[in-house]
Amino acid sequence: MRGPLLWRLLVLAGFVGLLEVLCLTGVIKPLTMQAPHRIVTDLVAMLVSGALNRAIAKTLGNAFIAFVIAVVLGVTSALVIHRLRRVRDTLEPLFATYYAIPVFAFYPLLIILLGLGDAPQIFIGAMLGIVAVIVNTLNGLDRVPNVLLKTARVNQMGAVETALRVTLPCASPYILTGAKLAVAYSLIGIIGAEFIMSSGGMGYEISFAYNNFDNATMYPLILLILVVSITINMGIARWEKALMARRGLR
Amino acid sequence: MKPQSGSILRNTLTLIVVVLLAWQALYWIVGEVALRSPLQTFAFAAKFMSTPQFAQHLAETAQAFGLALLLAIAIGLTIGFTLGASRFLSDVFEPMLIALYSIPKITLYPILLLAFGLGMSSKVAFGTIHGVIPIALFTITAVRNVKRVYLKTGRVMGLSPLDTIARIVFPAALPEIFAGLRIGFSLTLIGTLLGEMFASQRGLGFLLMSAIGLHNVDLIMALTLLLTVFAGTASVVLLALNQRLYARSR
Repeated sequence: MRGPLLWRLLVLAGFVGLLEVLCLTGVIKPLTMQAPHRIVTDLVAMLVSGALNRAIAKTLGNAFIAFVIAVVLGVTSALVIHRLRRVRDTLEPLFATYYAIPVFAFYPLLIILLGLGDAPQIFIGAMLGIVAVIVNTLNGLDRVPNVLLKTARVNQMGAVETALRVTLPCASPYILTGAKLAVAYSLIGIIGAEFIMSSGGMGYEISFAYNNFDNATMYPLILLILVVSITINMGIARWEKALMARRGLR
Repeated sequence: MKPQSGSILRNTLTLIVVVLLAWQALYWIVGEVALRSPLQTFAFAAKFMSTPQFAQHLAETAQAFGLALLLAIAIGLTIGFTLGASRFLSDVFEPMLIALYSIPKITLYPILLLAFGLGMSSKVAFGTIHGVIPIALFTITAVRNVKRVYLKTGRVMGLSPLDTIARIVFPAALPEIFAGLRIGFSLTLIGTLLGEMFASQRGLGFLLMSAIGLHNVDLIMALTLLLTVFAGTASVVLLALNQRLYARSR
């Protein structure tokens, strides 16, 4: 395991180094991109000065709410849909199409329905994430061994107890796969909505900075979003791996 | 477990009817401010589709999407076959691809704009980065899962590397590669549209964005309908093809 990890770090370092050299020698103009070390120092300075901390807190907070809604609602609806074969078959084409639909087109409608606040953004984030959670949870529920279900029946567990004690724990690695996607989708939903129409948040600040050629604000914000999403994802992936390993899979 | 293609048709029809009913009900609740009824939308969409303005924007989007899809497939398959064939390379790079897959790519649009400028190339790039990673990831898994026996047979027959790929690896991995292409198709489409929404002066995404800005509900609804119908039809057809491929390979 050490070898690939080392190589990965080397590749990453090489890539960043290449960017650094290209930026410093002026092949990439400062107006296009700033040197990586500048982005990092700008990010640190920005976080320390706290000028954009409100925007950052708003976006990440909203994304977190959207993520929680997507996971909770997604897992619950997957449990229900899993029991209703006919409903599931009907929804299957929707699930297959869902991510090709430009959900952002519904943003104006949501603003009228929910008002100009955080609600429509959270709604979009949750809406984007929920289908990934449902699809992956269903996939996990399909793989629960029949023996376990029989055991639950022998122990006379009710539907809720079976779900909480048997099926959900058993399907948890798959649910985590859905959760990983939901992290990305809730961020995409919130930030995209902020790009289109909003009065605050990281998406708003990024597009504001872009319109003003303010690369010293834009790149650090983008870097922060990337770092946050990758860190969360790696955390969940590690958890997923631990669960799989405990079962002797992989 | 998998539904037959006849039932796919029936399920899709049921789903369409349900969606139309829900849409009409929502229209009665929300009213004219933010929504149009299905009938009004169809009428407007039909009228709008015959205008030269629509044809122009459609051609622009079609060209961008086509290019992005071609690039995504070409790059995705190349990465997939290269990494799938080598344990070491896939150990090093696959986690990086997964990490890239999970970042909210929408935040990268200002960078692409700065790098490629406003217009065709930046939206093609935006579509491509959305589609390329799922295609690559699915291809890696597909190539890796090709049965060893097949490869050994190829070696016994003295096939050249190129022949091995064309005659053994590709046919054997096709169903799974196709699943990746299906997902890549949807994501490239949404990526191209998002690129047009934020980074272009032409195309359907730009039309949608300007309709959102002007609060032209007729146009928003008609465009969303057209895009959804196109994406939906394409993904249902691809799904049916994919299931046929899986069935044949068993």
